[in-house]
Amino acid sequence: MPTIPAAIEPFIWPFVYGAVILLVFPLLAGYIVLLERKVMADIQVRLGPMRVGPHGLLQPLADALKLLIKEDIIPTLSDKWIFWISPIISVVTALVAVFLIPMSDKLPVPDTNIGLLLVLSLTSVGILGIILGGWSSNSNYPLLGALRSTAQLVSYEIALSFALIGGLMLAGTLSLQGIVMAQKEQAIWFVFFQPVAFVIYFIAALAETNRAPFDMPEAESEIVAGYHTEFSGFRFALYFLAEYANIVIVCSIMTILFLGGWLRPFPNVAALEFLNFAPALVLLGLGGACLIGLDRKPSKPQKLGMIGLGGAFILAGLACLLPPVMEAVHGLFWFMLKVFMGVYTFIWIRFTLPRYRYDQLMNIGWRWLIPLAIANVIVTGIVMQREQIFAALGF
Amino acid sequence: MPPVPTAHYVFLSAALFTIGMIGVLTRRNVVIILISIELMLNAVNINLVAFSNLLQSVNGQAFAIFVIVDAAAEAAVGLGIVIALFRNKETIQADEIDLMKW
Amino acid sequence: MQSVLPSLFFYALATMILVSAVVTITRRNAVHSVIWLISTLLGIAGLFLHQHAEFLAAVQVIVYIGGITVLFLFVIMLVNLDEAAKKKQFAGQWKIVVICAGALLAELGFFIFKGAEGFYFAEPAGGSLQPNTQLIALALYRDYLLPFELASLLLLVAMIGAVVLAKKDLK
Repeated sequence: MPTIPAAIEPFIWPFVYGAVILLVFPLLAGYIVLLERKVMADIQVRLGPMRVGPHGLLQPLADALKLLIKEDIIPTLSDKWIFWISPIISVVTALVAVFLIPMSDKLPVPDTNIGLLLVLSLTSVGILGIILGGWSSNSNYPLLGALRSTAQLVSYEIALSFALIGGLMLAGTLSLQGIVMAQKEQAIWFVFFQPVAFVIYFIAALAETNRAPFDMPEAESEIVAGYHTEFSGFRFALYFLAEYANIVIVCSIMTILFLGGWLRPFPNVAALEFLNFAPALVLLGLGGACLIGLDRKPSKPQKLGMIGLGGAFILAGLACLLPPVMEAVHGLFWFMLKVFMGVYTFIWIRFTLPRYRYDQLMNIGWRWLIPLAIANVIVTGIVMQREQIFAALGF
Repeated sequence: MPPVPTAHYVFLSAALFTIGMIGVLTRRNVVIILISIELMLNAVNINLVAFSNLLQSVNGQAFAIFVIVDAAAEAAVGLGIVIALFRNKETIQADEIDLMKW
Repeated sequence: MQSVLPSLFFYALATMILVSAVVTITRRNAVHSVIWLISTLLGIAGLFLHQHAEFLAAVQVIVYIGGITVLFLFVIMLVNLDEAAKKKQFAGQWKIVVICAGALLAELGFFIFKGAEGFYFAEPAGGSLQPNTQLIALALYRDYLLPFELASLLLLVAMIGAVVLAKKDLK
């Protein structure tokens, strides 16, 4: 085996990890879309996609294929190179931010001393993709959508940042891994110290990702599809990918700052050590669930597909029982579970709440969330420094 | 000793400042004049951070933050003026705005 | 290897900054100008990273690119610039431009003539730049508390001023 030069060596594993993110994340986003359609169908008492694969499990692949082989349309009067570059801005910033999120302490993610700020700055560059895409289409609805979207994102970014500051004051560091380690040291998830910040963050995150009830930028009943009306085929797929990447990013930041990142519940209680077996149990359970309803499957290929899927889950579950694999996987499992619950709540809210009006949205942001978030920061500061303050007041 | 001599940073800063100044002096579009002013402010920041690194003192960086604050305030007011101007005069060409009173 | 890489990084970024800046001030379409401005700003953020000013680099990207350039784009979209793009782009003042460029060229000539050693700067005072965020916080909230509060006042005034200026009818 040839020796690796010392100058390149530290870059290899992050590079491999980046390549894996680049390959796997679009697939994951596709399955989040499928999840969204399935949950929507469930809430509306329908079945959702069922045709492609068992229970429509291959639908994302079919969708991706459809988007890739569609004709690539660029409007004649559009600004060509801006039209060309704006989906790329959105998707590149979003994927880089996903790469920077430490999903487990075992992954080779670069840990920078400005970690959280770096992710925030990447998402703020992603806004440019939206506004430039809307402008370059040279069409009314995209321009309106882009203006709405940008005003919304810029306003809610303030509330979001102030909510994050509350958590950061407890952590005392901007490094994403440092934040999780701080929660381990203090033996508590910051959501219990910062419930107000958590709620503000969650609402602002809904608005940041253009999700219902704040989805005015893409309100299909008002302005067609907002900023990406004129985008079709592959370019549309890039915007879509960026949107779902942003959902994963805000949920990941929520997980890291408020829900203890990759730590299991009660990370300092030794009696709950058995929770490390959870990934294996979940995988085995999934495999069992695939195999139970076998004889009700209508066709032979579907039956075979379910057997394959169930077998794969059971094998993976058994592999997770091995101590070294379990050690490596359980952090990732808890992180993914928390992010998944966040994403699920996003979808759930989308099909439960009606859309706000635009002025209501701005009122909520500027009159309620931002003052509340600032008050939260002040109160947190006072509580953290209470001893000095009491001493100064002479108690 | 930093690997790149500080003089190079100073020169880069001077060049960027000159480009910004040329933009302010020659362009007619008010928005692009404001953009050129942002370039000049950034040139100042390059200088501040370069010396902060040379002297290993964080004061330069703190000052650069003040410059960024100024830039944000200047952009907000400047663009507010552009909108008011466009509403009243239907033009944003700097040399067409030559009436003191109308 | 270790010593070449940082300077290579610097010269690549410097080229990017200067080229984008020149393109910024020569575009006919203001939106293109803003995009090249963004490229310049990103280059400058890279230089900040290079000089151990990580916090400032993040602030540069968030405030400049996420805030100020978005504001520029907003105004460009509100104000109809199609007319302006068709007109003559440059106006007079060429004499002053020649003087500025001449001064810059003279500086460059002196620089090449003397080399980097021809410039004397103060010696490092022996402080430290790490941990960056903490030190900046100390500088802002302890050493420069009054300027910091004044800056917040400035922002408040600018905000009110912008609202008053851009409002349609003041009633």
